[in-house]
Amino acid sequence: MPVIKFIEFDGTTHEVDADEGMSVMEVAMKYDVPGIDADCGGGAVCGTCHCFVEKSAGSLPTVDPQEESMLGLRPDRESNSRLSCQLQVSNSIGDMTVKLPEFQM
Amino acid sequence: MNDKRDHIIPDSLTTPLSDLDVSDPRRFEQDCWQPLFRRLRAESPVHFQASSPAGPFWSITRFDDIVEIEKNTQIFSSEPTIAIVDPPPDRGSLMFIAMDQPEHDIQRRAVQPVVAPKNLREFETLIRQRTGEALDALPIGEVFDWVELVSRNLTTQMLATLFDFPWQLRHKLSEWSDAITSDERMTAGRGLTEDQRLDVIMEILEVFTRLWHERAGDGVESFDLIRLLQRDAHTANLVNDPKNYIGNLILLIVGGNDTTRNSMSGGVLFLNDFPEQFERVKADRSLIPSMVSEIIRFQTPLSHMRRTVTQDTDFKGHRMKAGDKVVLWYCSANRDELVIPNADRFLIDRSGVRNHAAFGFGIHRCMGNRLAEMQLRIVWEEALKRFATIEVVTPPTRLCHNFVRGYSHMPVRVQRH
Repeated sequence: MPVIKFIEFDGTTHEVDADEGMSVMEVAMKYDVPGIDADCGGGAVCGTCHCFVEKSAGSLPTVDPQEESMLGLRPDRESNSRLSCQLQVSNSIGDMTVKLPEFQM
Repeated sequence: MNDKRDHIIPDSLTTPLSDLDVSDPRRFEQDCWQPLFRRLRAESPVHFQASSPAGPFWSITRFDDIVEIEKNTQIFSSEPTIAIVDPPPDRGSLMFIAMDQPEHDIQRRAVQPVVAPKNLREFETLIRQRTGEALDALPIGEVFDWVELVSRNLTTQMLATLFDFPWQLRHKLSEWSDAITSDERMTAGRGLTEDQRLDVIMEILEVFTRLWHERAGDGVESFDLIRLLQRDAHTANLVNDPKNYIGNLILLIVGGNDTTRNSMSGGVLFLNDFPEQFERVKADRSLIPSMVSEIIRFQTPLSHMRRTVTQDTDFKGHRMKAGDKVVLWYCSANRDELVIPNADRFLIDRSGVRNHAAFGFGIHRCMGNRLAEMQLRIVWEEALKRFATIEVVTPPTRLCHNFVRGYSHMPVRVQRH
Protein backbone atom coordinates (compact mmCIF):
# COMPACT_ATOMS: atom_id res chain seq x y z
CA MET A 1 0.00 0.00 0.00
CA PRO A 2 1.61 3.29 -1.05
CA VAL A 3 2.25 5.88 1.65
CA ILE A 4 1.38 9.51 0.99
CA LYS A 5 2.97 12.21 3.08
CA PHE A 6 0.92 15.41 3.07
CA ILE A 7 2.67 18.57 4.27
CA GLU A 8 0.36 21.43 5.16
CA PHE A 9 1.41 25.00 4.43
CA ASP A 10 2.35 25.49 8.10
CA GLY A 11 4.55 22.38 8.01
CA THR A 12 2.20 19.97 9.78
CA THR A 13 2.65 16.54 8.23
CA HIS A 14 0.25 13.64 7.83
CA GLU A 15 1.53 10.27 6.67
CA VAL A 16 -1.22 7.94 5.56
CA ASP A 17 -1.60 4.56 3.86
CA ALA A 18 -3.37 5.19 0.57
CA ASP A 19 -5.76 2.76 -1.07
CA GLU A 20 -4.95 1.93 -4.65
CA GLY A 21 -7.53 3.32 -7.05
CA MET A 22 -8.40 6.33 -4.92
CA SER A 23 -7.22 9.75 -6.01
CA VAL A 24 -4.79 11.67 -3.85
CA MET A 25 -7.64 14.16 -3.24
CA GLU A 26 -9.90 11.36 -2.00
CA VAL A 27 -7.16 10.09 0.29
CA ALA A 28 -6.80 13.57 1.80
CA MET A 29 -10.57 13.80 2.32
CA LYS A 30 -10.72 10.29 3.82
CA TYR A 31 -8.13 11.17 6.44
CA ASP A 32 -9.41 14.74 7.02
CA VAL A 33 -6.15 16.30 5.92
CA PRO A 34 -6.84 20.06 5.95
CA GLY A 35 -5.88 22.21 2.98
CA ILE A 36 -7.79 20.50 0.18
CA ASP A 37 -11.32 21.72 -0.52
CA ALA A 38 -12.31 19.63 -3.57
CA ASP A 39 -15.35 21.76 -4.31
CA CYS A 40 -16.28 19.92 -7.52
CA GLY A 41 -15.77 16.46 -6.07
CA GLY A 42 -13.11 15.28 -8.50
CA GLY A 43 -13.90 16.52 -12.00
CA ALA A 44 -10.91 18.84 -12.52
CA VAL A 45 -13.37 21.72 -12.93
CA CYS A 46 -12.83 23.78 -9.76
CA GLY A 47 -9.10 23.81 -9.04
CA THR A 48 -9.54 23.60 -5.26
CA CYS A 49 -7.54 20.42 -4.70
CA HIS A 50 -4.33 22.03 -5.92
CA CYS A 51 -1.13 20.57 -4.49
CA PHE A 52 2.60 20.48 -5.15
CA VAL A 53 4.10 17.05 -5.71
CA GLU A 54 7.50 17.17 -4.03
CA LYS A 55 8.43 13.54 -4.59
CA SER A 56 6.99 10.43 -6.12
CA ALA A 57 8.54 6.98 -6.38
CA GLY A 58 7.26 6.40 -9.90
CA SER A 59 6.44 8.88 -12.64
CA LEU A 60 3.16 10.78 -12.67
CA PRO A 61 0.59 10.86 -15.48
CA THR A 62 0.89 13.91 -17.70
CA VAL A 63 -1.26 16.97 -17.13
CA ASP A 64 -4.22 16.86 -19.52
CA PRO A 65 -5.67 20.02 -21.12
CA GLN A 66 -8.52 20.33 -18.60
CA GLU A 67 -6.17 20.10 -15.63
CA GLU A 68 -3.82 22.52 -17.35
CA SER A 69 -6.66 25.03 -17.82
CA MET A 70 -7.51 25.00 -14.14
CA LEU A 71 -3.89 25.05 -12.93
CA GLY A 72 -3.22 27.94 -15.28
CA LEU A 73 -5.52 30.17 -13.25
CA ARG A 74 -3.81 29.52 -9.93
CA PRO A 75 -1.86 32.56 -8.77
CA ASP A 76 0.51 30.26 -6.85
CA ARG A 77 1.18 27.79 -9.63
CA GLU A 78 4.57 26.05 -9.66
CA SER A 79 6.16 23.57 -12.05
CA ASN A 80 5.15 20.72 -9.72
CA SER A 81 1.56 21.92 -9.34
CA ARG A 82 -1.13 19.26 -9.80
CA LEU A 83 -4.79 18.81 -9.12
CA SER A 84 -4.80 16.01 -6.59
CA CYS A 85 -8.09 14.68 -7.96
CA GLN A 86 -6.25 13.77 -11.16
CA LEU A 87 -3.60 11.63 -9.44
CA GLN A 88 -4.67 8.04 -8.91
CA VAL A 89 -2.85 6.16 -6.19
CA SER A 90 -1.11 3.15 -7.68
CA ASN A 91 1.76 0.81 -6.95
CA SER A 92 3.51 2.04 -10.06
CA ILE A 93 3.56 5.63 -8.77
CA GLY A 94 4.16 4.37 -5.25
CA ASP A 95 4.91 6.62 -2.27
CA MET A 96 4.42 10.35 -2.68
CA THR A 97 5.21 13.53 -0.80
CA VAL A 98 2.64 16.23 -1.46
CA LYS A 99 2.81 19.81 -0.22
CA LEU A 100 -0.41 21.76 0.21
CA PRO A 101 -0.77 25.39 -0.80
CA GLU A 102 -1.47 28.33 1.48
CA PHE A 103 -5.06 28.52 0.21
CA GLN A 104 -7.45 27.03 -2.31
CA MET A 105 -9.61 29.14 -4.59
CA MET B 1 -42.40 42.02 -24.76
CA ASN B 2 -43.85 44.67 -22.51
CA ASP B 3 -47.29 43.14 -22.60
CA LYS B 4 -46.07 39.82 -21.24
CA ARG B 5 -46.32 40.92 -17.67
CA ASP B 6 -50.10 41.12 -17.89
CA HIS B 7 -50.55 37.57 -19.04
CA ILE B 8 -50.89 34.58 -16.78
CA ILE B 9 -47.84 32.32 -16.70
CA PRO B 10 -48.73 29.06 -18.51
CA ASP B 11 -48.95 26.06 -16.20
CA SER B 12 -45.56 24.34 -16.09
CA LEU B 13 -46.89 20.80 -15.84
CA THR B 14 -49.87 20.71 -18.22
CA THR B 15 -48.75 23.00 -21.06
CA PRO B 16 -46.82 21.31 -23.91
CA LEU B 17 -43.12 22.01 -23.36
CA SER B 18 -42.91 23.57 -26.81
CA ASP B 19 -45.31 26.30 -25.67
CA LEU B 20 -43.36 27.27 -22.57
CA ASP B 21 -40.76 30.03 -22.31
CA VAL B 22 -38.12 28.63 -19.98
CA SER B 23 -36.65 32.11 -19.60
CA ASP B 24 -39.87 33.77 -18.41
CA PRO B 25 -38.64 35.90 -15.50
CA ARG B 26 -42.00 35.89 -13.79
CA ARG B 27 -41.53 32.28 -12.71
CA PHE B 28 -38.62 33.45 -10.61
CA GLU B 29 -40.52 36.44 -9.32
CA GLN B 30 -43.37 34.18 -8.18
CA ASP B 31 -41.02 31.43 -7.01
CA CYS B 32 -42.82 28.85 -9.15
CA TRP B 33 -39.84 27.91 -11.34
CA GLN B 34 -39.10 24.53 -9.74
CA PRO B 35 -41.83 22.37 -11.40
CA LEU B 36 -40.85 23.41 -14.92
CA PHE B 37 -37.20 22.67 -14.33
CA ARG B 38 -38.01 19.35 -12.65
CA ARG B 39 -40.04 18.47 -15.73
CA LEU B 40 -37.25 19.50 -18.09
CA ARG B 41 -34.68 17.43 -16.18
CA ALA B 42 -36.96 14.39 -16.49
CA GLU B 43 -38.47 14.83 -19.96
CA SER B 44 -36.15 17.04 -21.97
CA PRO B 45 -32.83 17.71 -20.25
CA VAL B 46 -31.36 19.09 -23.48
CA HIS B 47 -34.26 21.23 -24.58
CA PHE B 48 -34.59 23.43 -27.63
CA GLN B 49 -36.94 26.40 -27.47
CA ALA B 50 -37.67 27.81 -30.91
CA SER B 51 -38.66 31.30 -29.81
CA SER B 52 -38.34 33.58 -26.80
CA PRO B 53 -37.94 37.33 -26.24
CA ALA B 54 -34.20 36.68 -26.70
CA GLY B 55 -34.60 34.35 -29.66
CA PRO B 56 -34.20 30.56 -29.81
CA PHE B 57 -32.02 28.82 -27.24
CA TRP B 58 -31.16 25.45 -25.73
CA SER B 59 -31.83 24.80 -22.04
CA ILE B 60 -29.48 22.44 -20.20
CA THR B 61 -30.95 21.50 -16.84
CA ARG B 62 -29.01 18.51 -15.48
CA PHE B 63 -25.96 18.95 -13.27
CA ASP B 64 -23.65 16.56 -15.13
CA ASP B 65 -24.55 17.93 -18.56
CA ILE B 66 -23.70 21.44 -17.38
CA VAL B 67 -20.30 20.29 -16.12
CA GLU B 68 -19.61 18.59 -19.43
CA ILE B 69 -20.45 21.70 -21.45
CA GLU B 70 -18.43 23.99 -19.20
CA LYS B 71 -15.36 21.83 -19.73
CA ASN B 72 -15.67 22.06 -23.49
CA THR B 73 -14.78 25.70 -23.99
CA GLN B 74 -13.71 25.13 -27.59
CA ILE B 75 -17.21 24.23 -28.73
CA PHE B 76 -19.15 26.16 -26.10
CA SER B 77 -17.79 29.69 -26.15
CA SER B 78 -18.38 32.40 -23.55
CA GLU B 79 -18.23 35.03 -26.27
CA PRO B 80 -19.94 37.34 -26.96
CA THR B 81 -21.86 37.23 -23.69
CA ILE B 82 -22.94 34.98 -20.81
CA ALA B 83 -26.63 35.87 -20.46
CA ILE B 84 -29.51 34.90 -22.72
CA VAL B 85 -29.84 38.34 -24.29
CA ASP B 86 -27.20 39.51 -26.74
CA PRO B 87 -25.11 42.65 -26.30
CA PRO B 88 -25.29 45.37 -28.96
CA PRO B 89 -23.48 44.08 -32.06
CA ASP B 90 -20.70 46.68 -31.95
CA ARG B 91 -19.75 46.28 -28.31
CA GLY B 92 -17.97 42.93 -28.20
CA SER B 93 -16.68 41.35 -25.02
CA LEU B 94 -15.95 43.74 -22.21
CA MET B 95 -15.35 41.35 -19.40
CA PHE B 96 -13.21 38.28 -19.10
CA ILE B 97 -16.25 36.28 -17.99
CA ALA B 98 -17.35 36.72 -21.62
CA MET B 99 -13.99 35.91 -23.19
CA ASP B 100 -12.39 32.66 -24.24
CA GLN B 101 -8.82 31.50 -23.75
CA PRO B 102 -6.17 32.83 -23.93
CA GLU B 103 -7.36 36.42 -23.32
CA HIS B 104 -9.67 35.30 -20.51
CA ASP B 105 -6.83 33.74 -18.56
CA ILE B 106 -4.56 36.76 -18.89
CA GLN B 107 -7.17 39.15 -17.60
CA ARG B 108 -8.47 36.89 -14.87
CA ARG B 109 -5.00 36.16 -13.54
CA ALA B 110 -4.40 39.89 -13.14
CA VAL B 111 -7.39 40.54 -10.89
CA GLN B 112 -7.62 37.17 -9.17
CA PRO B 113 -5.14 38.06 -6.39
CA VAL B 114 -7.58 40.64 -4.98
CA VAL B 115 -9.95 37.84 -3.98
CA ALA B 116 -7.36 35.21 -3.08
CA PRO B 117 -7.84 34.03 0.51
CA LYS B 118 -4.41 35.39 1.38
CA ASN B 119 -5.54 38.91 0.43
CA LEU B 120 -8.97 38.45 1.98
CA ARG B 121 -7.39 37.89 5.37
CA GLU B 122 -6.15 41.49 5.17
CA PHE B 123 -9.77 42.60 5.01
CA GLU B 124 -11.45 40.19 7.42
CA THR B 125 -11.04 42.23 10.61
CA LEU B 126 -12.33 45.38 8.97
CA ILE B 127 -15.26 43.59 7.36
CA ARG B 128 -16.17 41.93 10.67
CA GLN B 129 -16.07 45.24 12.49
CA ARG B 130 -18.26 46.95 9.90
CA THR B 131 -20.67 44.01 9.89
CA GLY B 132 -20.96 44.22 13.67
CA GLU B 133 -21.69 47.93 13.51
CA ALA B 134 -24.42 47.46 10.91
CA LEU B 135 -26.06 44.67 12.93
CA ASP B 136 -25.85 46.69 16.16
CA ALA B 137 -27.72 49.53 14.44
CA LEU B 138 -30.75 47.38 13.56
CA PRO B 139 -34.04 48.16 15.30
CA ILE B 140 -34.96 45.48 17.87
CA GLY B 141 -38.47 44.10 17.93
CA GLU B 142 -39.59 46.24 14.99
CA VAL B 143 -40.21 45.20 11.40
CA PHE B 144 -37.51 46.35 8.98
CA ASP B 145 -36.27 45.41 5.51
CA TRP B 146 -33.39 42.93 5.79
CA VAL B 147 -32.51 43.49 2.13
CA GLU B 148 -31.99 47.20 2.63
CA LEU B 149 -30.45 47.42 6.10
CA VAL B 150 -28.36 44.27 6.05
CA SER B 151 -27.80 42.64 2.66
CA ARG B 152 -27.53 45.71 0.48
CA ASN B 153 -25.81 47.74 3.15
CA LEU B 154 -23.15 45.14 3.93
CA THR B 155 -22.33 44.04 0.40
CA THR B 156 -21.98 47.68 -0.62
CA GLN B 157 -19.67 48.33 2.32
CA MET B 158 -17.58 45.30 1.54
CA LEU B 159 -17.25 46.20 -2.11
CA ALA B 160 -16.26 49.74 -1.13
CA THR B 161 -13.67 48.21 1.21
CA LEU B 162 -12.19 46.07 -1.57
CA PHE B 163 -12.05 48.99 -4.00
CA ASP B 164 -11.06 51.45 -1.25
CA PHE B 165 -13.90 53.43 -2.78
CA PRO B 166 -14.78 56.90 -1.38
CA TRP B 167 -16.86 55.91 1.65
CA GLN B 168 -19.55 58.57 1.33
CA LEU B 169 -20.21 57.62 -2.29
CA ARG B 170 -20.40 53.88 -1.70
CA HIS B 171 -24.18 53.76 -2.36
CA LYS B 172 -23.22 54.35 -5.99
CA LEU B 173 -21.73 50.87 -6.19
CA SER B 174 -25.01 49.10 -5.51
CA GLU B 175 -26.97 51.54 -7.66
CA TRP B 176 -24.63 50.84 -10.54
CA SER B 177 -24.85 47.11 -10.00
CA ASP B 178 -28.65 47.23 -10.05
CA ALA B 179 -28.67 49.41 -13.15
CA ILE B 180 -26.33 47.19 -15.13
CA THR B 181 -28.28 44.00 -14.48
CA SER B 182 -31.60 45.76 -14.98
CA ASP B 183 -31.90 44.98 -18.67
CA GLU B 184 -35.44 45.36 -19.96
CA ARG B 185 -35.01 42.22 -22.00
CA MET B 186 -34.37 40.09 -18.92
CA THR B 187 -37.05 41.56 -16.70
CA ALA B 188 -40.29 41.28 -18.69
CA GLY B 189 -39.86 44.89 -19.81
CA ARG B 190 -39.32 46.47 -16.39
CA GLY B 191 -35.64 47.34 -16.66
CA LEU B 192 -33.53 50.02 -18.31
CA THR B 193 -33.02 50.55 -22.02
CA GLU B 194 -29.64 50.03 -23.64
CA ASP B 195 -29.05 53.81 -23.76
CA GLN B 196 -29.83 54.25 -20.08
CA ARG B 197 -27.46 51.45 -19.23
CA LEU B 198 -24.76 53.00 -21.38
CA ASP B 199 -25.08 56.25 -19.38
CA VAL B 200 -24.44 54.31 -16.19
CA ILE B 201 -21.44 52.59 -17.71
CA MET B 202 -19.95 55.96 -18.72
CA GLU B 203 -20.43 57.29 -15.19
CA ILE B 204 -18.63 54.28 -13.72
CA LEU B 205 -15.79 54.75 -16.15
CA GLU B 206 -15.46 58.44 -15.29
CA VAL B 207 -15.35 57.86 -11.52
CA PHE B 208 -12.92 54.95 -11.73
CA THR B 209 -10.65 56.69 -14.22
CA ARG B 210 -10.34 59.54 -11.73
CA LEU B 211 -9.61 57.12 -8.88
CA TRP B 212 -6.96 55.39 -10.99
CA HIS B 213 -5.10 58.62 -11.71
CA GLU B 214 -5.33 59.76 -8.10
CA ARG B 215 -3.73 56.52 -6.95
CA ALA B 216 -1.19 55.95 -9.72
CA GLY B 217 2.30 56.02 -8.26
CA ASP B 218 1.19 57.20 -4.80
CA GLY B 219 3.14 54.34 -3.25
CA VAL B 220 0.38 53.52 -0.75
CA GLU B 221 0.71 49.93 0.52
CA SER B 222 -2.87 48.92 -0.10
CA PHE B 223 -4.48 45.71 -1.23
CA ASP B 224 -7.36 47.45 -2.95
CA LEU B 225 -8.30 46.35 -6.42
CA ILE B 226 -7.16 49.45 -8.27
CA ARG B 227 -3.68 49.44 -6.78
CA LEU B 228 -3.40 45.70 -7.36
CA LEU B 229 -4.16 46.29 -11.04
CA GLN B 230 -1.60 49.08 -11.13
CA ARG B 231 1.07 46.83 -9.60
CA ASP B 232 0.51 43.91 -12.02
CA ALA B 233 2.58 44.17 -15.19
CA HIS B 234 -0.28 42.85 -17.34
CA THR B 235 -2.74 45.49 -16.16
CA ALA B 236 -0.49 48.41 -15.16
CA ASN B 237 -1.82 50.46 -18.09
CA LEU B 238 -5.36 49.15 -18.02
CA VAL B 239 -6.75 52.65 -17.64
CA ASN B 240 -5.59 53.39 -21.19
CA ASP B 241 -7.80 50.58 -22.43
CA PRO B 242 -11.16 51.89 -21.21
CA LYS B 243 -13.15 49.04 -22.70
CA ASN B 244 -11.27 46.43 -20.73
CA TYR B 245 -10.98 48.59 -17.61
CA ILE B 246 -14.72 49.16 -17.44
CA GLY B 247 -15.36 45.53 -18.28
CA ASN B 248 -13.33 44.33 -15.32
CA LEU B 249 -14.91 46.90 -13.02
CA ILE B 250 -18.44 45.97 -14.01
CA LEU B 251 -17.67 42.33 -13.55
CA LEU B 252 -16.40 42.94 -10.02
CA ILE B 253 -19.16 45.39 -9.12
CA VAL B 254 -21.94 43.13 -10.31
CA GLY B 255 -20.22 39.88 -9.41
CA GLY B 256 -19.49 41.06 -5.90
CA ASN B 257 -22.81 42.72 -5.24
CA ASP B 258 -26.07 41.16 -6.32
CA THR B 259 -24.89 37.63 -5.77
CA THR B 260 -23.75 37.95 -2.18
CA ARG B 261 -26.55 40.36 -1.36
CA ASN B 262 -29.20 37.91 -2.44
CA SER B 263 -27.53 34.97 -0.72
CA MET B 264 -27.44 37.06 2.46
CA SER B 265 -31.19 37.55 2.22
CA GLY B 266 -31.89 34.02 1.06
CA GLY B 267 -30.24 32.53 4.12
CA VAL B 268 -32.70 34.30 6.42
CA LEU B 269 -35.62 33.00 4.40
CA PHE B 270 -34.33 29.40 4.31
CA LEU B 271 -33.72 29.35 8.07
CA ASN B 272 -37.32 30.50 8.52
CA ASP B 273 -38.65 27.91 6.07
CA PHE B 274 -36.59 25.16 7.74
CA PRO B 275 -36.72 26.19 11.42
CA GLU B 276 -35.14 22.96 12.65
CA GLN B 277 -32.01 23.92 10.71
CA PHE B 278 -32.06 27.33 12.40
CA GLU B 279 -32.15 25.63 15.82
CA ARG B 280 -29.22 23.43 14.84
CA VAL B 281 -26.93 26.25 13.76
CA LYS B 282 -27.86 28.30 16.83
CA ALA B 283 -26.85 25.34 19.00
CA ASP B 284 -23.64 24.68 17.05
CA ARG B 285 -22.07 27.62 15.28
CA SER B 286 -19.29 25.47 13.89
CA LEU B 287 -21.90 24.51 11.28
CA ILE B 288 -21.79 28.03 9.82
CA PRO B 289 -19.21 27.38 7.05
CA SER B 290 -21.15 24.37 5.82
CA MET B 291 -24.42 26.29 6.12
CA VAL B 292 -22.95 29.04 3.95
CA SER B 293 -22.34 26.58 1.10
CA GLU B 294 -25.87 25.24 1.48
CA ILE B 295 -27.31 28.78 1.40
CA ILE B 296 -25.42 29.47 -1.83
CA ARG B 297 -26.70 26.24 -3.38
CA PHE B 298 -30.28 26.86 -2.31
CA GLN B 299 -30.26 30.47 -3.47
CA THR B 300 -28.20 30.01 -6.67
CA PRO B 301 -28.03 33.80 -7.04
CA LEU B 302 -27.34 33.63 -10.77
CA SER B 303 -29.87 31.36 -12.42
CA HIS B 304 -27.82 30.63 -15.51
CA MET B 305 -24.81 31.21 -17.69
CA ARG B 306 -25.01 31.07 -21.43
CA ARG B 307 -22.59 29.62 -23.95
CA THR B 308 -22.61 29.99 -27.73
CA VAL B 309 -21.86 27.05 -30.04
CA THR B 310 -18.77 27.68 -32.20
CA GLN B 311 -19.23 24.81 -34.67
CA ASP B 312 -21.96 22.32 -35.46
CA THR B 313 -21.88 19.61 -32.83
CA ASP B 314 -23.84 16.73 -31.35
CA PHE B 315 -24.65 16.85 -27.68
CA LYS B 316 -26.48 13.89 -26.13
CA GLY B 317 -28.06 13.07 -29.47
CA HIS B 318 -29.09 16.63 -30.26
CA ARG B 319 -27.72 18.50 -33.25
CA MET B 320 -26.54 21.96 -32.19
CA LYS B 321 -25.57 24.46 -34.86
CA ALA B 322 -22.83 27.08 -34.85
CA GLY B 323 -24.26 30.22 -33.30
CA ASP B 324 -26.86 28.45 -31.16
CA LYS B 325 -27.32 29.77 -27.64
CA VAL B 326 -26.96 27.19 -24.88
CA VAL B 327 -28.28 28.20 -21.48
CA LEU B 328 -26.87 26.34 -18.47
CA TRP B 329 -29.48 26.54 -15.73
CA TYR B 330 -27.49 26.43 -12.49
CA CYS B 331 -30.68 26.81 -10.46
CA SER B 332 -31.89 23.52 -11.95
CA ALA B 333 -28.55 21.72 -11.55
CA ASN B 334 -28.67 22.59 -7.87
CA ARG B 335 -31.99 20.75 -7.53
CA ASP B 336 -30.91 17.74 -9.61
CA GLU B 337 -31.68 14.67 -7.52
CA LEU B 338 -29.36 12.56 -9.68
CA VAL B 339 -26.45 14.38 -8.03
CA ILE B 340 -27.87 16.02 -4.89
CA PRO B 341 -30.12 13.78 -2.78
CA ASN B 342 -33.15 15.51 -1.22
CA ALA B 343 -32.21 18.55 -3.29
CA ASP B 344 -35.34 20.49 -2.35
CA ARG B 345 -34.44 20.28 1.32
CA PHE B 346 -32.22 22.87 2.96
CA LEU B 347 -29.76 20.81 5.02
CA ILE B 348 -26.95 22.81 6.55
CA ASP B 349 -24.61 19.87 7.04
CA ARG B 350 -25.38 17.76 3.99
CA SER B 351 -22.55 15.58 2.77
CA GLY B 352 -20.65 17.07 -0.16
CA VAL B 353 -22.15 20.45 0.66
CA ARG B 354 -19.50 22.31 -1.35
CA ASN B 355 -20.28 20.29 -4.45
CA HIS B 356 -22.96 22.59 -5.88
CA ALA B 357 -23.31 24.35 -9.23
CA ALA B 358 -23.88 27.94 -8.10
CA PHE B 359 -20.30 29.02 -8.85
CA GLY B 360 -20.18 27.27 -12.21
CA PHE B 361 -17.34 25.00 -13.30
CA GLY B 362 -14.17 25.16 -15.33
CA ILE B 363 -12.16 28.23 -16.23
CA HIS B 364 -15.09 30.59 -15.69
CA ARG B 365 -15.88 29.31 -12.22
CA CYS B 366 -16.74 32.21 -9.93
CA MET B 367 -13.54 34.01 -9.08
CA GLY B 368 -14.95 35.66 -5.96
CA ASN B 369 -16.29 32.48 -4.38
CA ARG B 370 -13.99 32.65 -1.36
CA LEU B 371 -14.90 36.29 -0.80
CA ALA B 372 -18.61 35.48 -0.98
CA GLU B 373 -18.18 32.63 1.47
CA MET B 374 -16.20 34.81 3.84
CA GLN B 375 -18.77 37.60 3.76
CA LEU B 376 -21.65 35.22 4.44
CA ARG B 377 -19.72 33.44 7.18
CA ILE B 378 -18.97 36.70 8.96
CA VAL B 379 -22.57 37.89 8.71
CA TRP B 380 -23.88 34.68 10.24
CA GLU B 381 -21.21 34.52 12.93
CA GLU B 382 -21.97 38.08 13.97
CA ALA B 383 -25.76 37.77 13.60
CA LEU B 384 -25.97 34.60 15.71
CA LYS B 385 -23.87 36.25 18.43
CA ARG B 386 -26.47 38.97 18.70
CA PHE B 387 -29.87 37.66 17.76
CA ALA B 388 -31.96 34.88 19.27
CA THR B 389 -34.53 35.15 16.48
CA ILE B 390 -34.63 36.55 12.95
CA GLU B 391 -38.21 36.19 11.85
CA VAL B 392 -39.44 36.79 8.29
CA VAL B 393 -42.81 38.44 9.01
CA THR B 394 -44.30 38.53 5.50
CA PRO B 395 -43.15 36.78 2.33
CA PRO B 396 -40.31 38.58 0.53
CA THR B 397 -40.68 40.41 -2.77
CA ARG B 398 -38.60 38.66 -5.42
CA LEU B 399 -36.94 40.10 -8.50
CA CYS B 400 -38.66 39.64 -11.84
CA HIS B 401 -35.43 38.62 -13.56
CA ASN B 402 -34.21 35.56 -15.40
CA PHE B 403 -30.52 36.02 -14.58
CA VAL B 404 -30.25 37.51 -11.09
CA ARG B 405 -32.21 35.49 -8.55
CA GLY B 406 -32.98 37.58 -5.56
CA TYR B 407 -35.14 39.81 -3.44
CA SER B 408 -36.05 43.47 -3.41
CA HIS B 409 -37.64 43.40 0.07
CA MET B 410 -37.71 41.01 2.99
CA PRO B 411 -39.53 42.28 6.08
CA VAL B 412 -38.05 40.78 9.25
CA ARG B 413 -38.05 41.28 13.01
CA VAL B 414 -35.09 40.43 15.22
CA GLN B 415 -34.80 39.85 18.96
CA ARG B 416 -31.56 39.97 20.90
CA HIS B 417 -30.32 37.18 23.11
